[in-house]
Amino acid sequence: MFVQTIATLAMAFAFVVELHAQTTVPANKVFRFVPHANLAVLDPIWTTAYVTRNHGYMIYDTLFSEDAKGKIQPQMVQSHSTSKDGKVWTFKLRSGLAFHDGKPVTSEDVAASLKRWASRDAMGGVLFNFVDKLETPEADTLRMVLKEPCAIVLEALGKASSNVPFIMPARIAATPGTEQIKEHIGSGPFLFKAEEFKPGSVAVYERNTKYVSRSEPPSGLAGGRPVNFDRVEWVIIRDPQTQFNAILAGEVDMVEQPSFEQYETLKKTAGVKMDDFAPAGFQYIMRFNHLHPPFNNPKIRQAAMLAVGQQAFINTQVGVPELVRLCRSIYPCSSLYADENTPGFTGVANPAKARELLKEAGYDGRPIVMMRPTDLSAITKLPLVAKQQLEAAGFKVDLQQMDWASLVARRAKKEPPAQGGWNMFFTTWSAQDIDSPLTSAMLNAKGAAGWFGWQDEPRIEALKAKFARAQEVAERKKIASGIQALVYETAAYVPLGEYRNPTVMRNNVSGLLQTPGIPVMWGLAKR
Amino acid sequence: MATLQQRLWDHGSVRFGAAVLLLVLGISLAAPWLGTVDPAAMDANTINQAAGKSGAFQLPDGSVVQHTFWLGTDNFGRDVYSRVMYGGRISLVVGVCTALLALSLGGVCGMLAGYFRQVDAVLMRFMDGLMAIPAVLLAIALVAVLGANVATVVVAIAIPEVPRVTRLVRSLVLSLREEAYVEAARALATPTVVILWRHVLPNAMAPLLVQGTFVAASAVLTEAILSFLGLGLPPDVPTWGNIMAEGRVQFSMQPGNVLFPAMFLVPTVLAINLLGDGLRDVLDPKFAKRVG
Amino acid sequence: MTTFLIRRLLAVLPVLLVVSLLVFFMLRLAPGDPAAVIAGNNATSEDIAQIRERMGLDQPIPMQYARWLKQVVQGDLGYSYYLSKPVTALVAQRLEPTLSLALGTVLLAVCIAVPLGSLAAWRMGGWLDRGLSAFSVAGFSVPVFVIAYLLIYVFAMQLQWLPVQGYKPLGGPQSQGTWAWMRQLILPWLTLSTVYVALIARITRASVSEALQEDYIRTARAKGLSEQTVLVRHALANAAVPIVTVVGIGVALLIGGVVVTETVFAIPGLGSLTVDAVLNRDFPVIQGLVLLFSLSYVLINLLVDSSYVWLDPRIRH
Repeated sequence: MFVQTIATLAMAFAFVVELHAQTTVPANKVFRFVPHANLAVLDPIWTTAYVTRNHGYMIYDTLFSEDAKGKIQPQMVQSHSTSKDGKVWTFKLRSGLAFHDGKPVTSEDVAASLKRWASRDAMGGVLFNFVDKLETPEADTLRMVLKEPCAIVLEALGKASSNVPFIMPARIAATPGTEQIKEHIGSGPFLFKAEEFKPGSVAVYERNTKYVSRSEPPSGLAGGRPVNFDRVEWVIIRDPQTQFNAILAGEVDMVEQPSFEQYETLKKTAGVKMDDFAPAGFQYIMRFNHLHPPFNNPKIRQAAMLAVGQQAFINTQVGVPELVRLCRSIYPCSSLYADENTPGFTGVANPAKARELLKEAGYDGRPIVMMRPTDLSAITKLPLVAKQQLEAAGFKVDLQQMDWASLVARRAKKEPPAQGGWNMFFTTWSAQDIDSPLTSAMLNAKGAAGWFGWQDEPRIEALKAKFARAQEVAERKKIASGIQALVYETAAYVPLGEYRNPTVMRNNVSGLLQTPGIPVMWGLAKR
Repeated sequence: MATLQQRLWDHGSVRFGAAVLLLVLGISLAAPWLGTVDPAAMDANTINQAAGKSGAFQLPDGSVVQHTFWLGTDNFGRDVYSRVMYGGRISLVVGVCTALLALSLGGVCGMLAGYFRQVDAVLMRFMDGLMAIPAVLLAIALVAVLGANVATVVVAIAIPEVPRVTRLVRSLVLSLREEAYVEAARALATPTVVILWRHVLPNAMAPLLVQGTFVAASAVLTEAILSFLGLGLPPDVPTWGNIMAEGRVQFSMQPGNVLFPAMFLVPTVLAINLLGDGLRDVLDPKFAKRVG
Repeated sequence: MTTFLIRRLLAVLPVLLVVSLLVFFMLRLAPGDPAAVIAGNNATSEDIAQIRERMGLDQPIPMQYARWLKQVVQGDLGYSYYLSKPVTALVAQRLEPTLSLALGTVLLAVCIAVPLGSLAAWRMGGWLDRGLSAFSVAGFSVPVFVIAYLLIYVFAMQLQWLPVQGYKPLGGPQSQGTWAWMRQLILPWLTLSTVYVALIARITRASVSEALQEDYIRTARAKGLSEQTVLVRHALANAAVPIVTVVGIGVALLIGGVVVTETVFAIPGLGSLTVDAVLNRDFPVIQGLVLLFSLSYVLINLLVDSSYVWLDPRIRH
């Protein structure tokens, strides 16, 4: 009894004392952001995870960046020139660029960073196939000598999505691409407070007071990067209901991807507003396993393509009409190479025709092993819709439900479905990752060495190589359409519709920049 | 002195608990005839309908029926009322089977451990080890290895419960061992099995039943937690637990998806607990002494 | 007594060995590949195979176990695949939130439930008894996350008295003081303790009511002792064994509730670390945590068993 009384009094006293405690940073200079996933891996070259890419944009800078119109603009580069024969590219860095540890950014750092990036990234790999040597004649000059003229130099160096050619100090970039870096030092507008980082809980960034911003106004990822906060905290909240409550209560300032079920309510709620930094959105896809029956038979793949209709997928998985869009192109319909002239694909379910084609193809009734991730709400409903539609067309579906970890393990297995393999899985991509033949993983048709599904289609690979050499946009568009036509001819995979996932923020937050899918913390301000 | 049946019937908790459970059982068995549709059927056109609305509903085989969504639809376009009606089946099965499995295994182990010192040392170390693995982790791992179906979920939830039952029974047996009548029985060279069966077990019954009802109730709830983490039974096997887990994303906007199954789950679990309370009150010889 | 303790402590080691062996093998035989999780969506099968090799997962399982065991004996619990931090560092970071949540819950629950349960047993059949029974039965008939959502809705959203989520440390440089720490934990404590108050109160009521039937109670009353003395010194003391057992068991049960509570309230504790580790197949973290949990359970049980001797002199070892 006595002890309890003392304890209560002590608590009360402490409470009163704490009430007068000072806060260190004014409220409008601290920004709390809830990312869509946990930030676990901090190396944006080692992994392509979107959350790590977004972290990269906080602390690193790039040579070039994409602006709001999709044009590649210089970022760390002051000026660049190409030789007459197109084989020598010279880049001059802006003055005053320095890393967070105070050391200046030199061309050696750039060269090392690019090498590491190219060892992991598909487009970087294509670029470096053209590269003869990388020279660093001056501390602020990089010279890239090519074996032959390459059409994608700027496109690659200004690549917006994973993997992004971030520039790191040469000693950190010396880490092989197969290992994760241990230090996180860049030259970007924020610096990373490694000592305050709690994986799974919070990541803390501080304003880089020595950052030399460009003078142009920000546009997309290009231009200046004005920072209006002293401190940014990325708060990890797993439960979508808790995210919702937190933004309503003002405990966080912005939630990157509120779930679609909350959309209508958030729109009507006072105190918060919806905005979109990624108007190009995302696309769902359905992928076949080309190695094993029945989908090793192109006619049966075609039948599956006919059996499914985009509308049901986006209606069920997203459910908000104003956020979805049908798109027949394999490239996002808002992107440069989008081509909706697709005689081989309608995107509308035609179960009768599918049934016919199945019979023609000699489908023996063997069940399709379809993998469904039970713990990934972003795509968990897609397989259920597909099952209903495929069964209506005469397919037999064996729906295997498992958690994401089991799914990705199984997805990598090349064994027959009955022995631990698979026939079909679903996923989603950010528009930026699939808007070019050189970046889209599904177009990696190198057979056994290709992307999951292992399509072996040398014609697609040949067209991709041509694409990298085509200098004119008109020619590139033609080649891209050609690749698309092949995708539908061979039913490599099926696009299931597009959607946007708007972000929600408190009313006192302004200045959200529209970018190729990256939530950037510069430009934002709190009143 | 009233007979056992009469005493059971007289007890309010027993009457209430049994009545509710029988009602739930009846509903679960009669589900197909209570104005329901296939609980797994999804129609993208009927997503998030409010309770009481009626409209056209497309079934998986392509046919369209006119249906009233008494409790609305969920974010897949499935009829919540149908899912809740069918949900009782699996929820009850999970609860009852888990309890029976855990009680039988745990009861036997507990009695052996409490009575025989040599067995105690080995068995309790093993139970310690088993209990050391967090129940949720073990359940998830077992579900992952064995697959997510009713049998594996029952085993996955029951096994972590066994050590607890064992401990409880053992602690009771340890106390009872020293009771005068047990010592007397031993002195009379009564076989151990008889002692265990006639003297120890009846006295262990009451707490075992209390624990058993708790196990059954917690099994139903654990199943909900597994679903909450995305690792329970797949949604085409509706249980009240996984209906609630799925509906929680929209809790602030459409609390019905969570509250309606809760309105069935909570009374059912309550009834199981009350039934256990009542049974214990009646069966406990000490209690009988006080009342009868 | 001391020999008993020493013997029990030594007995811990084979338990830990068995547990670690069980978990180690189960993890590697279960479906789910940590390399595939880490490799990400853009990877190829070759990438994954390469990562597996780096992690040492392509070695035969007994060899992997031997290597891990050697590390553990030297005090190194391993390195998280997924979070790229030593397991010991992760655990150290997450220990305080979970301990705050768990210990606070148990304390709160015991302080409420034992007195209430005893009073209910004392006045069996009275309004307190009925009321408590009703509440306690309801208390553990509702899933933890429903209680959590309801409490958040009422106290954090509507009344805005308490925060929705998050954790503020009690000690260390980022601490904002004791009250800030407590404020974040009030709703989580209430959520979790609902279940425990229910459980402990029931057992208390059952055990105390049984104890009250005993002859020594009649004797005590006949001796003229006050009801309070009868209740506390005689009934409750004799009912203590099952109560303490259930509290000990309750601590074991805590993990299930803690996992959900930490997820809903975004508390960065060991519970959410466990779930993430299992979902990501982060073997070193899972193995390290299991070892840690094993140790703490065994120690708690030891404490409970030792307390029997103190509470019930009839039990001799």
